[in-house]
Amino acid sequence: MHKLLRQIVKTGMLRSRPCPRRDRARDIHTSPPSLAEELGRALAVRHVDTGSCNGCELEIQALGNAIYNLAAIGVRLVASPRHADILLVTGPVARAMAAPLRATYDAVPAPKRVVALGDCACGCGVYSPNYATVGKVDDVIPVDVAIPGCPPPPETIREAFATLICR
Amino acid sequence: MSFVHPNDGFPMTRGPAVGWARLPGPLPVDHAWVDDASWRALCEQWHAQDGRLITLWGSDERPAGLGFVVHAVFTYADAWHWISLATPGDRPRFSALSDLFPEAARLERALFDLLGISCDARDKRPWLRHEAWGPADFPLRRDFTQAAPVPKEADPYPFVRVQGAGVHEIAVGPVHAGTIEPGHFRFSVVGDEILRLEERLGYTHKGIAKRLEGMGLTDAGRLVGRVCADSTAAYAGAYALAVEAVSACAVPPRGVWLRALLWERERIANHLGDLGALCQDGGLAFGHTQFGLLKERYLQTQARLFGHRYLMDTIVPGGVACDIDSAAISDMERECTALLEATRRLRHIIDDHAGLQERFLGAGRLDRTRARALGAVGLAARASGIHSDLRLLWPSPPYDSLKARICLQEQGDVAARVAVRFDEIEESARLIRVILAEIPQGPVRAPCAPPKGTLGLGAVEGWRGPIVVAITRTPECARHHVHIHDPSWQNWPLLEHAVLLDLVPDFPLINKSFNLAYSGHDQ
Repeated sequence: MHKLLRQIVKTGMLRSRPCPRRDRARDIHTSPPSLAEELGRALAVRHVDTGSCNGCELEIQALGNAIYNLAAIGVRLVASPRHADILLVTGPVARAMAAPLRATYDAVPAPKRVVALGDCACGCGVYSPNYATVGKVDDVIPVDVAIPGCPPPPETIREAFATLICR
Repeated sequence: MSFVHPNDGFPMTRGPAVGWARLPGPLPVDHAWVDDASWRALCEQWHAQDGRLITLWGSDERPAGLGFVVHAVFTYADAWHWISLATPGDRPRFSALSDLFPEAARLERALFDLLGISCDARDKRPWLRHEAWGPADFPLRRDFTQAAPVPKEADPYPFVRVQGAGVHEIAVGPVHAGTIEPGHFRFSVVGDEILRLEERLGYTHKGIAKRLEGMGLTDAGRLVGRVCADSTAAYAGAYALAVEAVSACAVPPRGVWLRALLWERERIANHLGDLGALCQDGGLAFGHTQFGLLKERYLQTQARLFGHRYLMDTIVPGGVACDIDSAAISDMERECTALLEATRRLRHIIDDHAGLQERFLGAGRLDRTRARALGAVGLAARASGIHSDLRLLWPSPPYDSLKARICLQEQGDVAARVAVRFDEIEESARLIRVILAEIPQGPVRAPCAPPKGTLGLGAVEGWRGPIVVAITRTPECARHHVHIHDPSWQNWPLLEHAVLLDLVPDFPLINKSFNLAYSGHDQ
């Protein structure tokens, strides 16, 4: 136990990152006004992978580490769409995932928003529509915020969420 | 060497005495055309003598007058053996391998889904085909253009039912509770005890092989590097090796060494992430935080030195698209020292943590005999005591001079897979230090000429296991087919066995200890 405590002390407190200013979030395309009035300043996010290569998933997981610490700005990943305000969708929507995506979207209570994460979900990735994929998320459910990148770095994703809350 | 046998235009030799031809490339790969009888005879011989199935796939070679061709790659004795069997274009059929090599079962089902080549295997259910296309559509046929989706209700998937007093089913997925990829798990349980697990994959099938048919071989690396992001360097590397084999391209030594540096870095990054996730699932949030920090700093180094956090697009046909200077070398040396110090300290803490060890020890046990019978490869095989590591068994440059050491554990449980990851971080860090000290000078990339050869195979020991890319070309009609194989094809069925009689709440931990690919498998 003493080794564990010593390691915690040795790691120390990491400098917290401020909520980014609105003008810094240049690459993020959003259609709705701030969610703060509708959803408050804490967002519950449900992630759905619709055929991603898992690059975007790695960065979503990285958002939980002590450096990006997404929870510190009030954003929490939840296990069920019924607990969620936001659906975070990655991947080029494989045809086999179109129906599960619609079902997950329907299970999120209103008011809700959809964030398309990564080039594939935004329709500008390496996976153009073909016999196995639909294309971008917006072709299946309405998208409010698009975050391009392959994969988008965690700073960008964090800023997108911060923009939704802080605006 | 020609894709078509020079004697008669239709490649046939009688009996197992087939004509082997050595393919270019760093691996000792022999290729032969076989007929039905020798296909079966060779598979029986290799099965009896400890040969291993690497991959099985098919290609539509009707434009070249060969009908549909079934390919299989085995390792046996001191070489890789790639056999190709031409089957009639109007009634493609071959002798199943899954009675000898159970790991072939899903590959055989996928072969039918994609090309309509049937075999005498028992399980006729679709594997990759969901509602995206119908039972009479075969997307990898050259004349396939588009298929209409089929409603799920019209084409239900029959899971195997377990019956008896008190048995009930738990259906999980395709959308999971965590941030992971989609797949379906059907548990049959009594109370909390797992009697049977049946996996259903294929949800993330993106038609990658079809996409690759329409792309130039030297341009498709960006797509291949995005089949499975956590193994992007290994995928891009295996693809580059295969393209270089059909292009007769020699990679400069510095490029070869830099590739090994990238592959070992990828292995470390993934092991760090997995160890953190295993601590999390085992109930030690401290470990998750600590390994999360280590991994993040490691990724930041990669972004700084190689231009991408996960090393995407760094390995290209002909060499690598990055280089390191002396500042980068000392940077990485310092990083190695700090990383080893930190992981050793954390390993002590984890090994001493009774609560965590109680979760790890004995959970998801897969003994050596069963792992061997199921065809286990890579990390999961090594945790069950099986020597399986391309870097040692078939060391191609620079591993022939690096002399990698194998990291083996015998007990085959979650604790063993944790221990193999810790040991491999040590070993990869050792290899990285040797690479940094001894890397030759010179160019990092050679121009890759337009491909002229007909067959090329590349393989890289990724962090999960061997990633194999095979290219078949018919230059006469300017066609090529690229087959990409992820070790998860072999290792997903292991999970079904490892969880038997474990508790349902232990499943996430056991699953994470394998951490298999969905996108890499479904493609």
